[in-house]
Amino acid sequence: MTGLRFFASPRFWRGALPALSLTFVLLGVFWLQPRAMSYFGLNLLFNLAIPIALATIAQMFVIAVNDLDLSIGSFVSLVACIGATWLQETPLLGIAALLGCIAVYACLGALIYIRQLPSIVVTLGMSFVWSGCAVLLLPTPGGSAPDWIRTLVTYKPPYVPMPLIAAAALALIVHFALMRTSWGVLMRGVGGNEKAITRAGWSVLKLKMTMYALTAVFGILAGLTLVGLATSADANIALRYTLLSIAGVILGGGEFVGGRISPIGAVLGAMTLTLTASFLSFLRISPDWQIGAQGAVLIIVLALRAVVNRMEARR
Amino acid sequence: MTTETAGPLISLDGIQKVFGAVQALSGVDLKIHAGECLGLVGHNGAGKSTLMNILAGTLEASDGNLAVAGDELGKGYSVQDAGRLGIRCVFQELSLCPNLSVAENTRIIHPVLKGFGWQKRAGALIMEQLDLVFPGHGISPNDIVGDLTISKRQMVEIARAFTVTDTNIRLVILDEPTSSLDARVADQLLDYVGRVTRQGISVVLISHLLGEILQVSNKISVMKDGRVVAFKDAADFDRVSLVEAMGSTVVAGAAPRRDQNATTSAGEERIHMRPAGQPDDQSIRAREGEVIGFAGLAGQGQTQALLSIFEGHGVLPSGAQASGCCFIAGDRQVDGVLPLWSIRKNIGVSSLKRLRSGVLIQNEREQELADAWKERIGIRAPDVEAPILSLSGGNQQKVLFARALGSAADIVLMDDPMRGVDVGTKNEVYAIIRQEASQGRTFLWYTTEMEELDYCDRVYVFRDGVVSETLSGGDITEENLLQASFKQVSGAA
Repeated sequence: MTGLRFFASPRFWRGALPALSLTFVLLGVFWLQPRAMSYFGLNLLFNLAIPIALATIAQMFVIAVNDLDLSIGSFVSLVACIGATWLQETPLLGIAALLGCIAVYACLGALIYIRQLPSIVVTLGMSFVWSGCAVLLLPTPGGSAPDWIRTLVTYKPPYVPMPLIAAAALALIVHFALMRTSWGVLMRGVGGNEKAITRAGWSVLKLKMTMYALTAVFGILAGLTLVGLATSADANIALRYTLLSIAGVILGGGEFVGGRISPIGAVLGAMTLTLTASFLSFLRISPDWQIGAQGAVLIIVLALRAVVNRMEARR
Repeated sequence: MTTETAGPLISLDGIQKVFGAVQALSGVDLKIHAGECLGLVGHNGAGKSTLMNILAGTLEASDGNLAVAGDELGKGYSVQDAGRLGIRCVFQELSLCPNLSVAENTRIIHPVLKGFGWQKRAGALIMEQLDLVFPGHGISPNDIVGDLTISKRQMVEIARAFTVTDTNIRLVILDEPTSSLDARVADQLLDYVGRVTRQGISVVLISHLLGEILQVSNKISVMKDGRVVAFKDAADFDRVSLVEAMGSTVVAGAAPRRDQNATTSAGEERIHMRPAGQPDDQSIRAREGEVIGFAGLAGQGQTQALLSIFEGHGVLPSGAQASGCCFIAGDRQVDGVLPLWSIRKNIGVSSLKRLRSGVLIQNEREQELADAWKERIGIRAPDVEAPILSLSGGNQQKVLFARALGSAADIVLMDDPMRGVDVGTKNEVYAIIRQEASQGRTFLWYTTEMEELDYCDRVYVFRDGVVSETLSGGDITEENLLQASFKQVSGAA
């Protein structure tokens, strides 16, 4: 009885919506192109979803504390450039640069919290800084990814394609860390009611800095994966990730304010967005229209969510 | 525990708190013994919540001493210290994270709830406490707080304050704990308060329901204007003497009310409005040239009534609506000033229709208007081109008055506009309100300050979103107001 009621509850539908949208798009792809229903096909379909999923998770950490990171795309591009140059030629310098990036992100979190600045403004400004650094480092497209990254991202396990395993692992690890641990509760609490966290005696400053640092960590993972897949880098390689990552979080059931996020949903959202692009290619729709079509998917899913919320309000 | 029974558990000595120009607390002395329930009453803005915030470590006292169990706690007393000493507080506005579950919210105040299986332990802890305080509560530890009703949220927060892990609790502050609980649940809580005080835990209970206070408290402390004006055993008080203690014994200043009879009968009726859910036949009426007060405790529906009038409900002749109304917000930072604009633009924004020719705003006309009002209302600024944020709070409020009065509106709605304004400015504005009223404007004035009601021709006292009492002329006395504000809604219980 209670089980049945759970399946009818808005909470269930809110959680199921990202998975349903992915299934729906995936079925569409299979219907158009049955050959995609293979190890090789799935590998190809979801390969590029992994860096986007990582960037989406990065964005999700910031959204969890009611902020927004408009620099994640240029940051991922910069990391890709670092990966294709310093990390290849002088690994120590490369690692130091990446650690420096994490420190900068943590400081941004502190700055935004202490001065109560709008995160949109700060990160928009930083996006130009990151882009500038990337252009300085790699003025023309080129460089080459370190071999160990290449090996890692092209690894082909038996039976299940690597991107699916990676996506599942990412979703579950972050879900566990953020949704199940006692530490993740505090992180999400900051988004829910900052004052309550302060009154309970925790330092919101430290929590926000941690969240921003985590954003950087996952941004770095996204950049390195991307450069591994693309083999070379370009200062503009991932600029569209900024909007894709935000869309992915929202598509996955997250909300801009209130600390309501879902790591599993975010990964599914990122995969849905990537898949939509392939779906439209199979339909022979020109890439010019694809951004618009992704927007349409977003609108449809959000409209469905509005319906679910209304269902809840009626109760 | 036994060693502490000799001295007081908490002793506050000369606590002062200043917010900008406002003296919220001016030297409060208070002693709370172990196992005692202290009732704290007083009208809005008496300083009760400020005092409790200081005790809970969320605000720092500007001056004075705070000692817990004999240990003097100097400057820098913080929330962490309060937690360590076993002081918990249930704040008036809830301190739960709506996006987290009940168990997760419990974890937030207990740093020791971590490691493997913490969720189970947190859930068990809060459930046990909920069962103890509110038997039959119907809350599960996995419920997301935002999905719970407001009364269940309050139950969770109250129960959470009584949960114990590593430090024993010694004092729990309950600030308006029953405001959204129904009578049965409120009784469960009061009953529990009685039980824990017998176990040696002290409780401070702040409530506007005097019956509750008299029922459970051992001692009652009455606050007024940032001071404790009475501190006695609960047995020495009854309803009437409590209300008397909250009011001022001496009527401060002569009533500045205009002679009503001259104007009230003359003007035409401008507003006739019944609040939604009004059980009897009382309704809000206002004529030309009247100053009408909205009184009662804070947040009893006065602002909603003003907003609904602003949207055109009850404005006569019907259909005349919003163009004839202007609104002066109480929370000027949020609803009032346009922070990046100059004083001139801030004044002119409500009158743009009159100030433009074609599609363009005539700067000279706006300038004229702003200069005229700056002169008349006495805005202390070098000139009207200065940015509004260069002004003090009181002068910013004057700009908002200038904006409203400078517009063509016949009806002026004021939402407690004098919050945090100094006395001098207040008197200047009062004079202008009276002058404008005599020229035929109608004022609807929600205020939490007694003396402002002396300027009103008629006062509607709000309780639970409806008018509980209409007072006019000589009946507008502090005592009548307090009685009406604290009127128990007997039908609901």
